[in-house]
Amino acid sequence: MTVLLTLAILLLIAIAIWQMTKIFELSQINAEVSQVATDKDNKYNGILMFVFLIFIYGITIFSFAKYSKTLLPVAASEHGADYDQLMWVSFAIIFFVQTITQALLHYFSYRYRGKKGNKALYYADNDRLEFIWTIIPVIVLAGLIIWGLYTWTNIMDINDEDDPLIVELYAQQFNWTARYGGADNVLGEANVRRIDIARANILGIDETDPNATDDVIAKELHLPVGRKVNFKFRSQDVLHSAYMPHFRAQMNCVPGMTTEFSFTPTITTADMRQDPDVIEKVKRTNAIRAKRAAAGEENSDPWEFDYILLCNKICGKSHYNMQMKIIVETEEEYNAWIEGQQTFAQTMAMQ
Amino acid sequence: MSEHEHAHTDHHEDDHGHHHHKETFITKYVFSQDHKMISKQYLITGLIMGIIGIAMSLMFRLQLAWPGESFPILETLLGRWAPDGVMDADMYLALVTIHGTIMVFFVLTAGLSGTFSNLLIPLQCGARDMASGFLNMISYWLFWLSSVIMLISLFVEAGPAAAGWTIYPPLSALPLAQPGSGMGMTLWLVSMAIFIASSLLGSLNYIVTVINLRTKGMSMTRLPLTIWAFFVTAIIGVVSFPVLLSAALLLIMDRSFGTSFFLSDIFIQGEVLHYQGGSPVLFEHLFWFLGHPEVYIVLLPALGITSEVMSTNARKPIFGYRAMVASIIAIAFLSTIVWGHHMFISGMNPFLGSVFTFTTLLIAIPSAVKAFNYITTLWKGNLQLNPGMLFSIGLVSTFISGGLTGIILGDSTLDINVHDTYFVVAHFHLVMGISALYGLFAGVYHWFPKMFKRMMNKNLGYVHFWVTAVGAYGVFFPMHFVGMAGVPRRYYENTAFPMFDELTDVNILITIFALIAGAAQLVFLYNFISSIFYGKPTEQNPWKSNTLEWTAPIEHFHGNWEGAIPEVHRWAYDYSKTMPNGEYVIPGQDFVPQDVPLKENEEELHH
Repeated sequence: MTVLLTLAILLLIAIAIWQMTKIFELSQINAEVSQVATDKDNKYNGILMFVFLIFIYGITIFSFAKYSKTLLPVAASEHGADYDQLMWVSFAIIFFVQTITQALLHYFSYRYRGKKGNKALYYADNDRLEFIWTIIPVIVLAGLIIWGLYTWTNIMDINDEDDPLIVELYAQQFNWTARYGGADNVLGEANVRRIDIARANILGIDETDPNATDDVIAKELHLPVGRKVNFKFRSQDVLHSAYMPHFRAQMNCVPGMTTEFSFTPTITTADMRQDPDVIEKVKRTNAIRAKRAAAGEENSDPWEFDYILLCNKICGKSHYNMQMKIIVETEEEYNAWIEGQQTFAQTMAMQ
Repeated sequence: MSEHEHAHTDHHEDDHGHHHHKETFITKYVFSQDHKMISKQYLITGLIMGIIGIAMSLMFRLQLAWPGESFPILETLLGRWAPDGVMDADMYLALVTIHGTIMVFFVLTAGLSGTFSNLLIPLQCGARDMASGFLNMISYWLFWLSSVIMLISLFVEAGPAAAGWTIYPPLSALPLAQPGSGMGMTLWLVSMAIFIASSLLGSLNYIVTVINLRTKGMSMTRLPLTIWAFFVTAIIGVVSFPVLLSAALLLIMDRSFGTSFFLSDIFIQGEVLHYQGGSPVLFEHLFWFLGHPEVYIVLLPALGITSEVMSTNARKPIFGYRAMVASIIAIAFLSTIVWGHHMFISGMNPFLGSVFTFTTLLIAIPSAVKAFNYITTLWKGNLQLNPGMLFSIGLVSTFISGGLTGIILGDSTLDINVHDTYFVVAHFHLVMGISALYGLFAGVYHWFPKMFKRMMNKNLGYVHFWVTAVGAYGVFFPMHFVGMAGVPRRYYENTAFPMFDELTDVNILITIFALIAGAAQLVFLYNFISSIFYGKPTEQNPWKSNTLEWTAPIEHFHGNWEGAIPEVHRWAYDYSKTMPNGEYVIPGQDFVPQDVPLKENEEELHH
């Protein structure tokens, strides 16, 4: 496949160059020909402008038809639904404006292509038109701004109401660690200056802080469904960004400060795997992977859907592979899981 | 004001003969103080940097479409950075970084604004040269020096800067975090500091020239929109570039002298570093205080060029001249107070996010006005579809397509999930990358006769435009979908996430379009170089344009006009203007150059 595509590209480039030299040769023969557009040039390029409009619409329709299914599945968080709705409305406006303005631009380019003897209209100003296309964007944007800011304020209002689960996401080149507040749901103090690799205190937790003793450190992010989670983000080296696309959530991790984000997961991993879109996506992906397996290539194990945490701020060589699995489960499953984890005090005691 | 201008004109009439002194090869072609030669130097340096920048993008497109595949060409070009033809992950990041730096600063700032501000400000204002030819020369040579240093940085042992063109610390500050943050980043910072000095010298010169050296009758409201755009661009440059310089200097201090402006609480490779109290977010603020206006520093000159080229080739006045000027000023003003929309999720106070959402979406209003005015300029025109005109129309198209998605990214809420994904890459490449490149091409095709006394081949120009136009949309339209599927930018490969497997197809499609569009640029290069030597000799005013540069003789000499500088009697857009009896103002000619006095009975429209 790859070889074929490469050959196709090379062939296309060769054809393009061949055609171009031919065009140039032809233009050399008529060296006296003016290099300013003639009526014939205007005609052909005007028609091409119209064809190009069809191309723009075509590639839009093609992309939607072919790639819509690759987009993220339904939002798995409470605010995600609001997010998706605002996104949908914004896109509707964008496509409406795009369709109309591109049509006008390219149609006019075609319709008013120059011809000797034609007279352009001397039309320099019209205050009413200017007013119309100032005020319409003002109204539409005012609507979008107000809606957007309302949603933003709600999302970013991080508070302790509704007994949120407190989770720290800790970033370093090139992996993630999660820390839970434990039984008291309070995180112990921590600072990079307390990191003690020899004693496996990799997060720099203050061993004397009583809040820290029951903290739980994990390499998988387990979240109970339906309970608000307040995330605290830290980084020990460079900027990272905790990106959880399925939850429409993202926040940078900044060395020297703690950043926050909060959301309530609404769909468990198990339920998400039953979502028709997700089932289809997994099926398509595994078909690709099966093909790879047949060809004896790597990275071909069958895939099962999981929520994922990605790094989305350039952080160095392995930035492209800095990830952690997120598991959303029922309250009982979550409790059972966290019971089975060692607390920070237990880990330290073993040293 | 007019008396003041009169004095200037007199002064110039007195010394117009001063170009007759003997010029050596060095003073004419190398250390030239003539703005026309300097503009050619900017253009050619910018194009060479452009070739390198675009070639880099094609290399990493190969990696993105066919990760892990061996391409012998990569080994040839990258040597030990692509063992067996497979690009190294550090090299991938370096290529992305240098591609961004070169395209934004060296091609689209210096190559576009430097070229055409230098060429057109004196010629269209009616001045014999820039206010200071000497500073202008220094400005170019500093640009040249910064280009050379940037290119040298590609060859250092540990590799060039690789922290992204935004060089956020701590990644850019710590060689422990990334090999490119050693000597490569030092050279990057030195190169950019020199570049900023060059840009400031140039901008101050442009501002002074526009304010002081306009010819008699050339009031501000008679200036062509090109000059308005260059003038306002220069002002934003002077306001915002110094902030980037201070950011770069502080970063140099953090890197080399142990200060902690941007660094705090860092544990890396088994040791705690001494830095305490700094904040990377501060760097983000300083960087984007330039970084966002920079977008408009790139784009406004392209829009100015489009206004001029479109009006000339539509044989119609630009629609809504005053609204266009107001939009340029509004965009410039707003551009300095929107930088925070790059930082919605940086950890800064969410209330600031609200403020920046508000100002950012406001900027859509003057942008919309400009787009509609361009479309109306085409309406009922007599469009001469020269290559320059095609690129101008193309610019409006990509400006709309790319600008509209800005509504998503400028909205702090919607930004959360598309921030730093390929959606952003698609957005800004269309709205500032491709649009500004189209502006550059429009300018080159349109003013080539003025610069090189010959015409470019139009048929090759048509091939260049149409292949590029298809390629540009082919690359960047599908890319929005990659971003909305959640693929982060600056990933060496997407193979670590099975959820991205089915996007490999899209990446292959994008790369194929990129290679085709890249090949089309070779047509342009061939046309450009061969036309310099073998192009058809031009007439004095090939596009039948109104602006002053076409009243100057084809032959170049220091001083631009033999004899007196023409006096201006009207605005630049009297195309197809008719007298009350329905005849053109000059019978048989659909344009009235700016130096033609008003006729009897002729109505002057607000200028």
